[in-house]
Amino acid sequence: MTAASVDLDLARSFGLKDDEYEKVLTIMGRTPSLTELGIFSVMWSEHCSYKSSRLHLKTLPTKAPWVIHGPGENAGVIDIGDGLAAVFKMESHNHPSFIEPYQGAATGVGGILRDVFTMGARPIANLNALRFGDPSHKDTKRVVDGVVRGIGGYGNCMGVPTVGGEVNFHHSYNCNPLVNAMTVGLARQDRIFLSAAAGVGNPVVYVGSKTGRDGIHGATMSSAEFDSESSSKRPTVQVGDPFTEKLLLEACLELMATDAVISIQDMGAAGLTSSAVEMASKGGVGIDLDLDHVPQRETHMQAYEMMLSESQERMLMVLRPDRTEEARKIFEKWELDFAIVGKLTDSGRITVRHKGVVEADIPLGPLADEAPIYDRPTVAYERQPPLPVPADPCGIKMALCRLVASGNGASRAWIWNQYDSGVGGQTVKRPGGADAAIVRVEGTNRGLAMTTDCTPRYGQADPYIGGAQAVVEVWRNITATGAKPLAMTDNLNFASPENPRIMAQFVEAVKGIGDAGRALDFPVVSGNVSLYNETRGDDGSVTAIQPAPVIGGVGVLEDVHKAVGLAFPDAGEILLIGETEGTLGQSLWLKEILNREEGAPPAINFEAERRNGDFVRGLIQEGSVTACHDLSDGGLLLAVAEMAMAGGVGCTLVAPPTDVAAHAYWFGEDQARYVLVTTQPDSVIKTAQARGIPVHRLGRIGGDALKIGADVSVSISHLRELHASFFPRFMGDMRDDAPVVHLDEIS
Amino acid sequence: MKIGIVVFPGTNRERDMAQAFQVASGQAPEMLWHQQDNVDGFDLIVLPGGFSFGDYLRSGAMAAHSPIMRAVRQFAEKGGYVLGVCNGFQLLTEAQMLPGALLRNAGMRFLAQDCHLKVEGRDSVFTAGWKSGAVFRAPLAHGDGNYTASRDVLDRLEGEGRVAFRYCDAAGRVKDDDEHINMNGSARSIAGVLSENRRVCGLMPHPENLTEEILGGTDGLPLFSGILEALG
Repeated sequence: MTAASVDLDLARSFGLKDDEYEKVLTIMGRTPSLTELGIFSVMWSEHCSYKSSRLHLKTLPTKAPWVIHGPGENAGVIDIGDGLAAVFKMESHNHPSFIEPYQGAATGVGGILRDVFTMGARPIANLNALRFGDPSHKDTKRVVDGVVRGIGGYGNCMGVPTVGGEVNFHHSYNCNPLVNAMTVGLARQDRIFLSAAAGVGNPVVYVGSKTGRDGIHGATMSSAEFDSESSSKRPTVQVGDPFTEKLLLEACLELMATDAVISIQDMGAAGLTSSAVEMASKGGVGIDLDLDHVPQRETHMQAYEMMLSESQERMLMVLRPDRTEEARKIFEKWELDFAIVGKLTDSGRITVRHKGVVEADIPLGPLADEAPIYDRPTVAYERQPPLPVPADPCGIKMALCRLVASGNGASRAWIWNQYDSGVGGQTVKRPGGADAAIVRVEGTNRGLAMTTDCTPRYGQADPYIGGAQAVVEVWRNITATGAKPLAMTDNLNFASPENPRIMAQFVEAVKGIGDAGRALDFPVVSGNVSLYNETRGDDGSVTAIQPAPVIGGVGVLEDVHKAVGLAFPDAGEILLIGETEGTLGQSLWLKEILNREEGAPPAINFEAERRNGDFVRGLIQEGSVTACHDLSDGGLLLAVAEMAMAGGVGCTLVAPPTDVAAHAYWFGEDQARYVLVTTQPDSVIKTAQARGIPVHRLGRIGGDALKIGADVSVSISHLRELHASFFPRFMGDMRDDAPVVHLDEIS
Repeated sequence: MKIGIVVFPGTNRERDMAQAFQVASGQAPEMLWHQQDNVDGFDLIVLPGGFSFGDYLRSGAMAAHSPIMRAVRQFAEKGGYVLGVCNGFQLLTEAQMLPGALLRNAGMRFLAQDCHLKVEGRDSVFTAGWKSGAVFRAPLAHGDGNYTASRDVLDRLEGEGRVAFRYCDAAGRVKDDDEHINMNGSARSIAGVLSENRRVCGLMPHPENLTEEILGGTDGLPLFSGILEALG
C-alpha cells in the first residue's frame, strides 16, 4: 500500500472520527503514511487514550500513605510492610472473549500478568470477574466453557494460582460477556520498575515471542460496538502461549535482579506502538525503531503490521548499554528472542524505519498528550423508586432452595475446580473458603486478602449506588477475613459513551466509587475502562450491557494465622451485625423468584459500613470470631446457608422480628451487614451495644439441617446437592445417571 | 541428605516442593537446571510439577529428552532415589523409568481439587511415612492424570506391591468407576507407582501443597518426613 491511499475514508475505517483525522493532518502538516495513520488510530482509540473517561477518572481518590504508585503505571503499587509491596491491577478482555472465548480469556490473563511482572513483581495470585449471558441463550454455554478453560489454561500453566472471582448471568451479556482478570504480585519496594525511558543513546530492546500478524487493530476492535459481523473478526483475536510467558516471567525477574534495566513496558494493546510511545513520552525522550531487527514469525510483514500487531508475550526495555550482553545471555538461557530494535534520541519524535525507508515520523508530544479528550454529554439518570415489599408467593424454604440452585446463587465449584488455586504453596484460603482469598506472603507471617465484586443490577437501577456498592462489598469481603483493606483497582465496563444515558451511568458510577473510596480510605491505584459493550442486532436495535463497575481489592493481615473463613465450625453462637430493613428492590430474590428487576437498590451508608466493618475486623483480630461472612446477593438467609453448606453442619435460627415481612427479612439485601460465629456472644453483644452497633442474636450452630424456629427445616445435604447441581447440569458434565433435583418436589 | 529439584523451562511447582522439604527437614534442597548433565553426589532427585516445555507434544515428552534426564536415568540405574510428582510422574513414564502412561483426564477437563489417597506400596521410602492402608488428603492439579497401562503391567504392579497410592474416598473406599473418587479415570484407581527396585516413585497429586496447618493441613507431610527418616 502507498501513502496515496490514506484518506478520510481509510481513517474512518480505522475508527478515527472526522475531527480526529483533521487533528492528525494538523499535527503532521501532511497526509500521514499508512503506518502513521495506524499509530494515531490505535493511540487515540478509546482503549488506549481513555478519551471519554479520563476527565472523570481524575476525580477518583488515588492517594494514601501506603500508596507507592497510583494510576498511570502498568499496575498500582502499595506498601504491605516488611519492605514489601503488592502490585496489582484488573483488566478486561471482553470483546475477544465472545468471538473466541478460550483465546480471549487466556490472553486477558496473560496481559494482566505481564502488567504486573513488568513492574518487577512475581505474580502470586489471579482473580477474575465474569459476566455471561442468560444460561438459556445459545451462546452462553460455549462462552462459559471457553472462558473457564482459557483462564485455567493460562494461569495453571504459568503456575500462578487462581484464587478468587465472581460470576453473574444476565441476558444483557448474551453477545457481550465480560471477562475481567486481576493479578496480584509481590515485589521488594526498592525494586519496582517503571516505564519512563531515560538516557539518550540507550538501546531499546525487544524480548519475548516473535511478532506475527495476530491482533492487528485489537485495540480498535475493543473500542467499537458489536454487530453480527463481529465473528468475522476472529483473526484479530490474539493467541496466547502461556509457556512462553512463563519463560518471559522468569527471564525478566532474573534480569531485574541485576541493575541492567532502566525501564520496561509490556507490549499489550496496540503492541509495539503503544509500548514505544508510552516509554518515550513518559521519559520525555525520542525513540528510533528499526523494524528490520524485530523478530518476526511471518514473512513479508509490513511496518504497519509490525507496529500494530498484538502478538502476545513480548516486552520492550531500555537497558544500560554496558549491561546489554549480560541481559542477552539471560534471555538466551530462557530460549527467548532478544533483539536491539532501536535507541533513545533527543528528537521528541518516534521514528520508525523499515528496509531503509522511514515509515513513520511523528512528534510524541501531540501523539501522546494531545489525544482527544471528550466531555461527553449526559442526561439526568432516571432512578427507580423504592419497591414496596411484594407478596411472598412461595415461602421461605422454597425460595432458599431456588436461590441456591439458581445460576446466580449456585456453587461456583465447577468453575474453580478447573483452576489451580494452590500452586505456589502459599494459598491459605482457597475459593469458597472465605469472603476474600488469602495468600501468605512467602517467607513472612503476613497474608494478603484479595477479592473482586460488582452487582450490575444495582448499577442499572442506580449507577451511583452500583459504583459505591461494589466498593463497599469488596471492602466488607476483605474485612470479613480479618484483613485491613488497603486499596482497589477498578474495571469499568459500560456500553457506548456516545449515548448520554450510558455516559450518565459512567459518570455516576465513578462518583459512587470515588465517594466510597474516600469514606473508607480505600484509594484506587490502578484500573481499566472498557466501553462500547453493546450489541447491534440485525434490526438495528442496540442492547447495552448492565453497567459493571467491577472492583478488585487487596488487604493485609499482619498475622495470617488470624484470618477466618466463612464455613460454620462445629459449634458456636451466630450473630448478625448491622441493621436489617428488608430491602427487596433489585434483590436476587426479586429476580429469581418473581423474575422482576425493579425498585431502588439498597441504600449505602458509608458511616455504618466503616463502623460495623472496623468492629468486625477488631473482633476477628482479637480472636473472638470463628467464622464470618458479609451479606450480599440473597441476603441473610443465603449467607447463613452458604456458611452451613461450607461447614457441612446445620443451625437453628430464631424467628424473625414481626415488624418486617419474613421474606424481606431473610432475603433483603441491606448493606453494611455481617454474620459471624463466636464462642463469646455475651461480651461481643455488650461491646457492640456500647459502640452503638446493631447486633442481633441469630441462632446457634448444630444438627444437620438449617432450621428457622419450628417452621422451616431443610437438610444441609439437600441444600448442598441443589447448590452443586446447577453448573454440571448446565454444562452437560453431569452423567446421565446422576440424581436430578426437582425443585417442584420441595415444599 | 542432599536433595536436588530439577527445573525445566515451564516447571512451576519447584518452590512448593522446596518449601515442603524445608518444612520437613529445615534444609533447603538445591535447584538443578535442565541443561546440567550430572547429578552426582545427590541422595534424592525430585522432578516437580508444572508444564515442562509447555507440555507441548505430550506432557513431559520433551523434558524426557533433556540433558539432565540422561544423568537422572544413570543415577536411578545405580540405585539412586527419584521422586516425580504430577508433571514429574508424566516425565518418568515418558522417559520409561516407570511403566504406563498418563492420558487426558476422563472428564476432559483440568482437575484442581482435593482427592484422597490410600497408601498401598510396600517397602518403599516414599510410603514409609504412613502405615500401609493409611488414607490421606492431597490436592490434584492436572489435565493429564488418567493412568493407563496394559493389563499385564497392571497385574504385575499390583502383584509386586508397586502401586504406591490409589485414589479413594475419605473412608478409604476405592471405586474405579466413581468420578467423584477416581476423578481422572485412572486404571484401577492408580495415583502413584514404584519402579522395580522401589527407588523411583511417580504420583499425580501434590502432597507438597498440604504440609502446614495454615495451608489447609499436614496430610502430605509424611511423604517428606518418611523419605528424610528413611534416607537419613
